[in-house]
Amino acid sequence: MSAKGDSSAVLSYLSGLTLLKQGAEARVYRGQFLGKAVIVKERFSKSYRHPALDEKLTHRRSVQEVRSILRCRKAGILTPVVYFVDYVSHCIFLEEIVGSVTVRDHINSTKLSEAGNERLKLLAEKMGQILAKMHDEDVIHGDLTTSNMLLRKGSEDREPDLWLIDFGLSYISSLPEDKGVDLYVLEKAFLSTHPNTETLFQILLKSYVASSKKSSTVISKLDEVRLRGRKRSMVG
Amino acid sequence: MTIVIGFEGSANKIGIGIVRDGEVLSNPRRTYITPPGQGFLPSQTAKHHRGVILTVLKEALQEAGLKPADIDCVAYTKGPGMGAPLVTVAIVARTVAQLWDKPLLGVNHCVGHIEMGRLVTHASNPTVLYVSGGNTQVIAYSERRYRIFGETIDIAVGNCLDRFARVIKISNDPSPGYNIEQMAKKGKRYIELPYTVKGMDVSFSGILSYIEEAAEKMLGSGECAAEDLCFSLQETLFAMLVEITERAMAHCGSQEVLIVGGVGCNLRLQEMMGIMCEERGARLFATDERFCIDNGAMIAQAGWEMFRSGQQTELSDSWVTQRYRTDEVEVTWRD
Repeated sequence: MSAKGDSSAVLSYLSGLTLLKQGAEARVYRGQFLGKAVIVKERFSKSYRHPALDEKLTHRRSVQEVRSILRCRKAGILTPVVYFVDYVSHCIFLEEIVGSVTVRDHINSTKLSEAGNERLKLLAEKMGQILAKMHDEDVIHGDLTTSNMLLRKGSEDREPDLWLIDFGLSYISSLPEDKGVDLYVLEKAFLSTHPNTETLFQILLKSYVASSKKSSTVISKLDEVRLRGRKRSMVG
Repeated sequence: MTIVIGFEGSANKIGIGIVRDGEVLSNPRRTYITPPGQGFLPSQTAKHHRGVILTVLKEALQEAGLKPADIDCVAYTKGPGMGAPLVTVAIVARTVAQLWDKPLLGVNHCVGHIEMGRLVTHASNPTVLYVSGGNTQVIAYSERRYRIFGETIDIAVGNCLDRFARVIKISNDPSPGYNIEQMAKKGKRYIELPYTVKGMDVSFSGILSYIEEAAEKMLGSGECAAEDLCFSLQETLFAMLVEITERAMAHCGSQEVLIVGGVGCNLRLQEMMGIMCEERGARLFATDERFCIDNGAMIAQAGWEMFRSGQQTELSDSWVTQRYRTDEVEVTWRD
């Protein structure tokens, strides 16, 4: 799955693709790869940071991303298929989830209606279940936000499927502390991105607790991390 | 025309500033500087503030060429900060407000930094990186609050730098961070340190423990120079800060960055942030030490915005608090 050595072929291939967006740490391209719709994530070098630090981070994150995606897929969590990886140019070729929207856009567009609220509750429950499954596999996502979850409509009568993406900060750990921080990161991103959704996040947590086999220690760690959080705003 | 006087003294700086409709008329300040190897303790810091606050107040009025009667409102830092220094400053603010018969206004220190940054740089709706001795936050405005997207989950970046300075006995004059910055310029070797970014959050305590131990070992054996450690520490900490800022920008779709807080006047941090912004077609706004570091004008400016939007603090409500999060304040002066 990996190609070492010369990556000029990959880079010339990239030049033929459409640049979709420049995320925080990668350029994201869309195109066709062996007849399949593909998203290519190129972790380009960041010239603001020291070259040694840059190379270490870029390489480590590519490796972690692929590793965690595979682990999630084995556990039956929906994440994009990895088609190809080039560790020299730091490119990952991923399945494109055609016709999907980010959970963030979905929440922003469905707020403020009776039926909409019901749908969001179901979504929050589903998020809780999937995160519980992921943590039970000891995968720590590291960057849980509503931008890093995708929704795609399944068949007519079914609820849309939830996909997890962007595993660049992920790692494998069984420590409740790491899982608690993972949830804490999501909680903050969730509540700052979507003001006044505290109840929605509570539903997510409840569903997480109900679905995970090891949730009690994780939740008590989450409470602990929140308290640490409160201390932060002390001096300035 | 609205003229507001602002009192700030939440940490080791004591400053009083006067602002008239976006114009800083005066902004004198004093800093409590401790010997190398020592931090500033609340009671001693408060004692320092008590000793100089009236002199600073006189300076502020004289420099601005104003009499107390010209002032429309007295703003002071309500929190967050160290208890004893906050109380000291609040007492003086309360007293002059009563002597001059002017309304009082308690201001959130972090909001003061943001409003001052917006005033000085004219950034309209930036993603804000607020970095100081006590705070590390990535903030963006939405629906009447300054919302915290990312922050430190343990100690602040400035605290990490200050404590490292204490370990290797760097002078606290004018500030430990400034001296680390100068030494870092002479650093050559990059020493690998832990790098901890968790989504849009960061953690510094592990880096501090690591470098404290490394400093003792590596400096003792002559393996590297103190300058190399300063250099490596700055490169690591600032790369983390730039990264979470960029993450928040990508998440919010923002094209402006504003750096505020004492650590924000570090030129290397500004340079790194500038490169990041250039790479994504964004704009960087930063200020110099006059406004980055705690000062009275920032409290006056936030107070000015609040006062104009109809806010006041009753005398009975004019308390202070050590813990006061940025997102607790309802922003009544922005759409």
